[in-house]
Amino acid sequence: MKDEKKYLFDHPKNIKRLLYLLYSCCILLFILDFFIHRDVSHSGENLWGFYPLYGFVTCVVLVRVATWMRTFLMREEDYYANETMDNESMDDKAIPHGDDVSNSRENVKKKFLPKIEGHNVDD
Amino acid sequence: MWMIELPPFMPFYIGALFVLLTRSKLRGVIMMAIPIASAVHLGMIPEGIHLQFSLFDYQLIPYRVDKLSLMFGYVFHLAALIGIIYSLHLRDTMQQVAAMMYVGSGLGAVFAGDLLTLFIFWELLAITSVFLIWARRTQRSYVTGMRYLIIQVLSGVILLAGTLFYFTENNTLEFGYIGLDSVSGWLIFIAFGIKCAFPMVHNWLTDAYSEATVTGTVFLSAFTTKVAVYALARAYPGTELLVYIGAAMTCFPIFFAVIENDLRRVLAYSLINQLGFMVVGIGIGTALAINGAVAHAFNDVIFKGLLFMSMGAVLHMTGRIHGSELGGLYKTMPKTTILCIVGAASISAFPLFSGFVSKSMIMSAALAEGFDWIWLMLLFASAGVFHHAGIKIPYFAFFAHDSGIRANDPPKNMLLAMAIAASLCIAIGIYPQGLYALLPYETTYNPYDTTHVLAQTQLLFYSALAFVWLNLKGMYPPELRSTNLDFDWLYRRAFPRALQTMFTIIWQNDRRLRQEFKLKLTMCLTYIAAKNNRLSSLLSRNYPSGSMAMWVAVVLATYLFLSFIQ
Repeated sequence: MKDEKKYLFDHPKNIKRLLYLLYSCCILLFILDFFIHRDVSHSGENLWGFYPLYGFVTCVVLVRVATWMRTFLMREEDYYANETMDNESMDDKAIPHGDDVSNSRENVKKKFLPKIEGHNVDD
Repeated sequence: MWMIELPPFMPFYIGALFVLLTRSKLRGVIMMAIPIASAVHLGMIPEGIHLQFSLFDYQLIPYRVDKLSLMFGYVFHLAALIGIIYSLHLRDTMQQVAAMMYVGSGLGAVFAGDLLTLFIFWELLAITSVFLIWARRTQRSYVTGMRYLIIQVLSGVILLAGTLFYFTENNTLEFGYIGLDSVSGWLIFIAFGIKCAFPMVHNWLTDAYSEATVTGTVFLSAFTTKVAVYALARAYPGTELLVYIGAAMTCFPIFFAVIENDLRRVLAYSLINQLGFMVVGIGIGTALAINGAVAHAFNDVIFKGLLFMSMGAVLHMTGRIHGSELGGLYKTMPKTTILCIVGAASISAFPLFSGFVSKSMIMSAALAEGFDWIWLMLLFASAGVFHHAGIKIPYFAFFAHDSGIRANDPPKNMLLAMAIAASLCIAIGIYPQGLYALLPYETTYNPYDTTHVLAQTQLLFYSALAFVWLNLKGMYPPELRSTNLDFDWLYRRAFPRALQTMFTIIWQNDRRLRQEFKLKLTMCLTYIAAKNNRLSSLLSRNYPSGSMAMWVAVVLATYLFLSFIQ
């Protein structure tokens, strides 16, 4: 019954509005760089759009590098559980998990195989 | 006057006793009254040494008050009150007693005027806090707690060794500037470093804070690491090495945070990142930098507490904490969502939120002292922290894809605690002078000049733009149920494996050697037996060679005996 109720971001229009608001703010902030005088302490700051570019580029690099790190750092969820628990029950009694825990390793293996897809903002 | 001599840890230890003896509402009232009464008491205390005595050759100062310790004292009281309100719904004596003792130990450590007292509270912090992990009462939390305890106690043992060296070198135990010029200096530095989650010894934090109870993590996030920051600020201000360690701490955890699925573990990584800013400030060591580090520690206790509380609320209400299982919670948990966003804006250092007024002090100090490359790293870390703590946490928990979970907002006490923390985040952001007045050094710093505000806003908005762009392009790493290897792999997997292999090889070789020795011995015996056999067949067919040997021995012994008698 509750599912039928439409919430704020169930309307794609609202998401679009939010994104347009972000884009406009970004454009405005970039333009402000040309009009507002700032005290420069670091040589890089002399560049127009230094902070916007630095923020954008470093974040993209951060995410790409982190994604690449997954290729050699990611293991199945119960990677450590196999040895440290000596095959004792790993079920978290206090906090019930929704998924079938016994199946989780298989799930992760399956997830490794297909191409990784991101969450879409429009979801 | 005895009230002045009552150190702040005492009310909490006595309070823990009362908590043990009372139940339900009365217990709640006592727990809330203690931090309030103790804070009022602390507010009236003048600076100076209020308690000291001699123990054997050692001059101990268990209660010393100055501006640096007061600052941490105030924020610890605040964190205690918020944590207690957040956990008012609990009916778990072990956790509540442990929490009170833990707060007391934290206060004991920051008001300790000598290294031996510091060591005692250092260890008490470890012993009391581990119960907040064990209180989850699962096999997994038990094992995690043991790992946590071993590392924390190790830090304490190194501190004790350093303290003894320090006493031998300087003939005093007073806790002041130590520096890295001696063995004791290095030992104490390492002990502080372990508790401050320096790179490579940081995994106790990500391990424990994601495994503790919902309310336990809120307490844990406030005290242990901040005591370490306080200790570094007192003993190692201006140590350049700290600048580089701190810069590394700000940068490396954000990569792990981006790919981590457990949202409380993401916050633990982000806590290391924030500690990095404080460590850089201490390393720079100027008045502005130390002020920045201390102010940031103060703010971090509140905004990181708020974020841990909001994720705790999600875990409490849904039973889940993995980004892969959450999403869409804003629909039924709107208050938690808003409070979480306030915490996220504060940690990201948005202007008008608390993180901004302290982080910019450290960044300005780095530039002023010519640490240009460090400044660039801090700038990267600022953008990164917005990315993983500012956007990722609220986005994957409350928005993203709809998980279908329709959990309500948490109990009122949890919401109230979060609301207090959120109000403080905004209040400090709007009126930073109130915070600056408490700082150890006089300051006229103004964070709200056009340069800072514009630069920070540009940085953050374009980070957000990068997040949106990566998401729309499908390049953002999805949340997956998985374990990411970190340095703890060394002691959880590599060392045990190496030891196992080593012992297997030793045992195999040992068995082989013993078998060969046994074989040689058997061969030897067979050889002798064969010889004896031949001997008995030739000369003494009817007498075994053994009895002959015995009689020869008897004759010789008799001969010897007779020669002695003579």
